[in-house]
Amino acid sequence: MIIFDKVTKKFGEIVALDEVSFEIEKGEFVCLTGHSGAGKTTLIRLILGEYLPTTGEISIDGEKLTRVPRRKIYLWRRRLGVVFQDYKLFDNQTVAENVALPLQIRKEKPQEIKEKVEKILALVGLQERANLFPAQLAGGELQRVALARAVITAPDLLLADEPTGNLDPQTSEEMIKLFKAINEKGTTILMATHNREIVDELKTRVIELEKGELVRDEKEGQYHGEKKKKKIDDKVND
Amino acid sequence: MIKTLKQHIFRSPYQSLAAILVVSLSLFLIDTFILLGFGSEKILQYFESRPQVSAFLKDEAKPQDIELIKAKILTDRNVKSVEFISKEEALKIYQEQNKDKPLLLEMVTAKILPASLEVSTYNLGSLKNVAEMLKKEPLVEDVIYQEDVVLSMSNWMQTMREIGLGVIAFLLAVSVLTVLIVIGMKMARRKEEIEILKLLGASAGNINLPFYLEGIVYGAVAAVLSWGVNYLAILAIAPRINRFFAGISLLPIPLFFMLEVLAGLLGLGILVGFWGSFLAVSRFSKTVR
Repeated sequence: MIIFDKVTKKFGEIVALDEVSFEIEKGEFVCLTGHSGAGKTTLIRLILGEYLPTTGEISIDGEKLTRVPRRKIYLWRRRLGVVFQDYKLFDNQTVAENVALPLQIRKEKPQEIKEKVEKILALVGLQERANLFPAQLAGGELQRVALARAVITAPDLLLADEPTGNLDPQTSEEMIKLFKAINEKGTTILMATHNREIVDELKTRVIELEKGELVRDEKEGQYHGEKKKKKIDDKVND
Repeated sequence: MIKTLKQHIFRSPYQSLAAILVVSLSLFLIDTFILLGFGSEKILQYFESRPQVSAFLKDEAKPQDIELIKAKILTDRNVKSVEFISKEEALKIYQEQNKDKPLLLEMVTAKILPASLEVSTYNLGSLKNVAEMLKKEPLVEDVIYQEDVVLSMSNWMQTMREIGLGVIAFLLAVSVLTVLIVIGMKMARRKEEIEILKLLGASAGNINLPFYLEGIVYGAVAAVLSWGVNYLAILAIAPRINRFFAGISLLPIPLFFMLEVLAGLLGLGILVGFWGSFLAVSRFSKTVR
């Protein structure tokens, strides 16, 4: 479904991603791990089309990102859902309005929007909070609003960048249950995290980055696992 | 869309007001120039339609002498018409012009007013020749002509047009820049929101259209405001203008003409607003992918 083919991203002299290649199949739940600065956020931003690869290619269902003109990038993004660590909600809009936003952008009919919002808020357990503003919610609730907004359009791929980064362990666990429930409904998920407990509990595919290089890709991985030999080691050995 | 537009305008009302007032001021001055031009044109037309050379005749001039002078003047191809005004007709004109001054009317009789020949020409350049011709006539006492008035008015109008065009161009540039700055500031303040919207799949149209509409609303509101203020000002000073330009039908300005001016100002305002917002959006779009 999504293919990274030798993707390199450089910012001047700094190499944020170095020839990263992997494939994610439809319906997979993938944890993207690595220390801060490993390149997780860069990778997610590349998928979102915020950046273009310096070299290499990213494709979703055969459509190549570098072939998408800038003015059409919004069509690429409409196939994705995204959850951020800092939620990125609109403070002046209610929970229901925030969740409805992607559908309004797609110009869906008001009645359909209303029905979908009610359904998705019920899924994340926030139907009672529909008319509250973000400032009136707790951290876990805010992240559930962000998740509801991300999945309301039934995206091909759900991207989550450290979705539990600002949450306590118990709330994080509840969030992960929601992610699992959404994945079980068929949504492909790529979740960047450095939360060891979550990765170990999920027992799902793990892709690990280190200094921009892909050092591990395990089918049912744990937070810590055996890393591939890095290119630099190979060069030294040569 | 309307909701978003309202949010854009009312979330920072003072910035919106500043943009509207600056564009209003520009359009108000443009409107004033248009109306001054209209008024000047009317005044010029009035002077051009009046007899432009008056030759006052001596009392001893007999009808056959007067007919001879008329015939001689009419041989000039530039002369449009020659009209004889007798002493009695001169008195009637005097009485009409001074009907609210009874003291003056009592003192003047037909005897002391001279008969005259009122000459109109096709072009202002020939006034001097006609006046010189009349001055040579022994039965002509005095000759006055309005060449100076009409020519200086014509020159004044031309100068006003040139200055007006310069001022209008300058004010329009200031207005476009003001809208650009105000909308640019609003976009910069909403940068994070715009980035989120883009990540949620909003197209350039989704994001930019409310800003274009905002600029257009500023221009349209400013046009109506400036036109309304100008119209009210005209209504307020109309009696004084009418007294000052007695005899020239300057006011009321025809409603259809005022509506044409409104349509023109609306078009100009919308263009200024759109252009300002277009520049702001283009500038901002370069910073956000």
